[in-house]
Amino acid sequence: MSYSKRWHKVLALLTILLVLAACGSEAATTAPATSAPATGGDATAAPATASGKLEVFSWWTTGGEAAGLAALTDIFKTTDPNVEFVNSAVAGGAGSDAKAVLKTRMLGGDPPDLFQVHMGHELIDTWVVPGQMEPLDDLYTSEGWDKSFPQGVLDIVSHDGHYWSVPANIHRANVLWYNKKVFTDNGLTAPATFAEFFTVAEALQAKGITPLALGDSGSWAAGHLFETVLLGTLGAEAYEGLWTGTTPWTDPKVTEALENFKKMLTFVNTDHGALSWDQANDLVIQGKAGMTIMGDWVDADNLAKKFTDSGAVASPGTAGIYDALSDTFGIPKGAKNPDAARAFLKLVGSQQGQDAFNPVKGSIPARIDAGQGNYTEYLKSAMAEWKTATIVPSVVHGAAAKEGWATAYIDAVAGFVANQDVAKTQSQFQQACVDAGICK
Amino acid sequence: MSTIKWKTPVSYLFLTLMALFFLMPIYLLLVTSMKSVAEVSRGDIWGLPDRINFDSWRVALVGSRAAGVTALWPNFLNSIYLAVPATIISAMLGSMNGYVLAKWKFRGANVLFPLIMFGMFIPYQSVLVPLVQLLQKMQFGPLKLYGTIPGLILVHVVYGIPITTLIFRNYYAAIPDEMVEAAKIDGAGFFRIYSSILFPLSVPGFVVVMIWQFTSVWNEFLFALVLNGNPKVQPITVALNNLAGSFQVDWSVQMAGALMAAIPTLLVYILLGRFFMRGLLAGSLKG
Amino acid sequence: MESASETVATRTSPARPRRRFNPDRLIAIAMIIPSIVAIAVFVYGFIGWTGFISLTKWADLLPDYRWNGLENYRRLFMDDERFQQSLLNNALFTVFFIGACLGLGLLLAVVLDRKLRAEGLFRTIFLFPMAVSFIVTGVVWRWILNPGTANQAQGVNLLFDQMGLGFLKWDWFLDNQWGILAVVLAAVWQMAGYTMAMFLAGLRAIPDDLREAARVDGATEGQVLWHITLPLLKPIVVSTVIILGHISLKIFDLTSAMKVGGAAKPGDVPGFYMYETTFRGNYFARGAAIAIIMLVFVATLIIPYLISTFRAEAEA
Repeated sequence: MSYSKRWHKVLALLTILLVLAACGSEAATTAPATSAPATGGDATAAPATASGKLEVFSWWTTGGEAAGLAALTDIFKTTDPNVEFVNSAVAGGAGSDAKAVLKTRMLGGDPPDLFQVHMGHELIDTWVVPGQMEPLDDLYTSEGWDKSFPQGVLDIVSHDGHYWSVPANIHRANVLWYNKKVFTDNGLTAPATFAEFFTVAEALQAKGITPLALGDSGSWAAGHLFETVLLGTLGAEAYEGLWTGTTPWTDPKVTEALENFKKMLTFVNTDHGALSWDQANDLVIQGKAGMTIMGDWVDADNLAKKFTDSGAVASPGTAGIYDALSDTFGIPKGAKNPDAARAFLKLVGSQQGQDAFNPVKGSIPARIDAGQGNYTEYLKSAMAEWKTATIVPSVVHGAAAKEGWATAYIDAVAGFVANQDVAKTQSQFQQACVDAGICK
Repeated sequence: MSTIKWKTPVSYLFLTLMALFFLMPIYLLLVTSMKSVAEVSRGDIWGLPDRINFDSWRVALVGSRAAGVTALWPNFLNSIYLAVPATIISAMLGSMNGYVLAKWKFRGANVLFPLIMFGMFIPYQSVLVPLVQLLQKMQFGPLKLYGTIPGLILVHVVYGIPITTLIFRNYYAAIPDEMVEAAKIDGAGFFRIYSSILFPLSVPGFVVVMIWQFTSVWNEFLFALVLNGNPKVQPITVALNNLAGSFQVDWSVQMAGALMAAIPTLLVYILLGRFFMRGLLAGSLKG
Repeated sequence: MESASETVATRTSPARPRRRFNPDRLIAIAMIIPSIVAIAVFVYGFIGWTGFISLTKWADLLPDYRWNGLENYRRLFMDDERFQQSLLNNALFTVFFIGACLGLGLLLAVVLDRKLRAEGLFRTIFLFPMAVSFIVTGVVWRWILNPGTANQAQGVNLLFDQMGLGFLKWDWFLDNQWGILAVVLAAVWQMAGYTMAMFLAGLRAIPDDLREAARVDGATEGQVLWHITLPLLKPIVVSTVIILGHISLKIFDLTSAMKVGGAAKPGDVPGFYMYETTFRGNYFARGAAIAIIMLVFVATLIIPYLISTFRAEAEA
């Protein structure tokens, strides 16, 4: 063995060197990727320098959402050609997967430069109160946004006298979408109340058409449907009171809402657990189902699928009420490129940006003065309604309650879809409210 | 004798049916990934493709803005940057630990070893949040450990210590102590013994450990999901799960992505199957 | 099998008295100390810290280390229906997964042990799923088991239709009661080859003359299997159950990729609930409590096994 001793020592040494080299090159290839582009030279490690890379986090990966984001970035490329736009979108479930990823990144001290967040409690309770966001007062002043957004929106994106995010759009959650052809063929009219809804549903069922399409493979969709049922059963004021503590969750009206929901569930497609909301909408488009209750992003889905025979009314019992949510963007503390982030926010909040983004995304602009452009008929009517309707916050989409409460609410609704136990679910709602510190 | 006669064909029949069951997902994966979107949505899933079509492979590889699919290729590279160094470092470390535990027994080693082994079995959920908190605080100059590939390498090396140590310890234990003793009498020191006796005999051990580590690091999901959420540094398992999480992505693209994520470890398995087996058996302690 | 090497490994306990101070011994200890420190911090330290978090009120993004006693645990076991259901799902998964892997693995091993031609090919086919990740398995099996709609069957249901076996159609992972079995099916596909390999190695280690003698004495193949082979395979069964058991008690990847986790879903398991409640609901303390409960389950399985293994080694 002695003859090879020396050789093996060399081999061992070489291997170690190889490992070190591998790690070294590893560090060399990854480190710049997270801090600065190659063009910036080596002095760009410091976070505050304008390195020209802008990382934007969202959950807009497909369809109208991705197209809306692309519309914004296309403009941004012309206004700020030196900034490289990095799209860090995470797919899945109305943002629920993305929100988990964002949270771990923020906890780990690896924030993006800008992130999408629902206005309301999701923004304030999760991010602003723990001191994770940069105030944007200067932007609101310099861009005159304190005059161009409606007061209700300004209230909801501010906290402690500061502004924390810039709304890109307004969505409506409580919309009943129906297939016009199916309805005329069967001599039906769109329902406005629960009684009418059940009459229509029975008529459709008798014809072998699924009355209500639901796609709750992501549990939030069931929570979304029940949110509109709560709203339709309790009315705007009492519904809002559920989230502020003025309406008790033990109220008989909540029981009634659960009973309505239970009856609705007898009219949904059997494979609802396998479908996503847009696959449920496919059933309506194909005429296999008559209706679906979903937010107005369905409008963008219909547009993309070239389906023009769609009708839209407020979900049962919610005429004149706008169950609203808004996608906003904010800058987290520790963002590596706040300058570029501010430049992008200016675009998001501008009239030009809102009118480029919203027609494609299928939402209405948050600005009072926007609304010119390629908006669909539905969106035009939504803009008109937004001006007069009573506005309430959506819970599933982050506006009404903090994330922990919204999650508990969604879990309880998902449980109800499976077990249909009214009393148990109502007590779970009550417990969730107590946990959130709103109910006693 | 007569029983043997019917038993053999029945055995073959049974094995063939089982083989069909085991191959069925791979068949479906391959044919689906080579079909056009139209063909898949038409519902003809099980047949061969009308026309072989690599569009979905291209979309999975380089992405497509129209289909809302981000490219998986960078994530594939991330997985390589992650798995290769993690595997090499793990093997070196495991070899050294195995050498010490097998040939330099010290007081307390009998207690220490099971304590190290326990680390192999823990549910990683039980270390997740502290891990995020610690990695966030660890930063060496420009080298951050949270949300970077070097950070994830560190994590895989640390949690790979138990298994790599175990395999090497058992491997080195089979080398007679007398050889080591003789070398000591010849005046060989700690490193000399390792480099002249143990290491030269370790090649099969290294192969087993490296295959094992490469496969587990490549296939790992939970750590990568929580530590490397940034799409830029995501390994392919996380990116694939993301792709599949978006329902509007076509099945054919998902299957092409799954194929990409599976190919490296399948190659390792096909080329080095024998060593793969040994790793499996060693992984169960009693081996 | 390498059991012979095991006995060599730990033949010695405190060795012969040291005659003189040996610097190499110090080097040896110095070389292993980084690993020991790493394990001490990353395994035991972190578990301790998670245990501490589980006793606090941390339920928002930022840590809140106010003492909460065992309240999080009480909540989980007394009031949290989702948690209880996830435990039940995990228990069902474990039982069926281990049972099916053992049964199928043994069957495959016994048949392959008959020294058939093409044994190597079959072995390769049965074992290859081990090489792919649970994520790939999950993505593919979600496609295979996707039940489709009443009008338009998909996946395996479509295959059943085409083969005239429509009565076999099932909702698979959407079935509220037994949907977990669809996840078991995917997991068995991935792991049955492993049990086969273990059993095959075990069978090959049994001397042929032992079984031959029984056959000469007029025992049927079944009797040989039951009275001679199986008792000798018992250690293999124990090892396999431990390995499969700890995989199944912390299953997360597969349910994530098959998208069967979530409240009231048949594939919701503690591993998934922990992730969701921690990183979506911000209930960090509750998530920590779930993680500790998972750890306790795994530990009750693993610790006796580790102790017996190393005691046997030490005695050898």
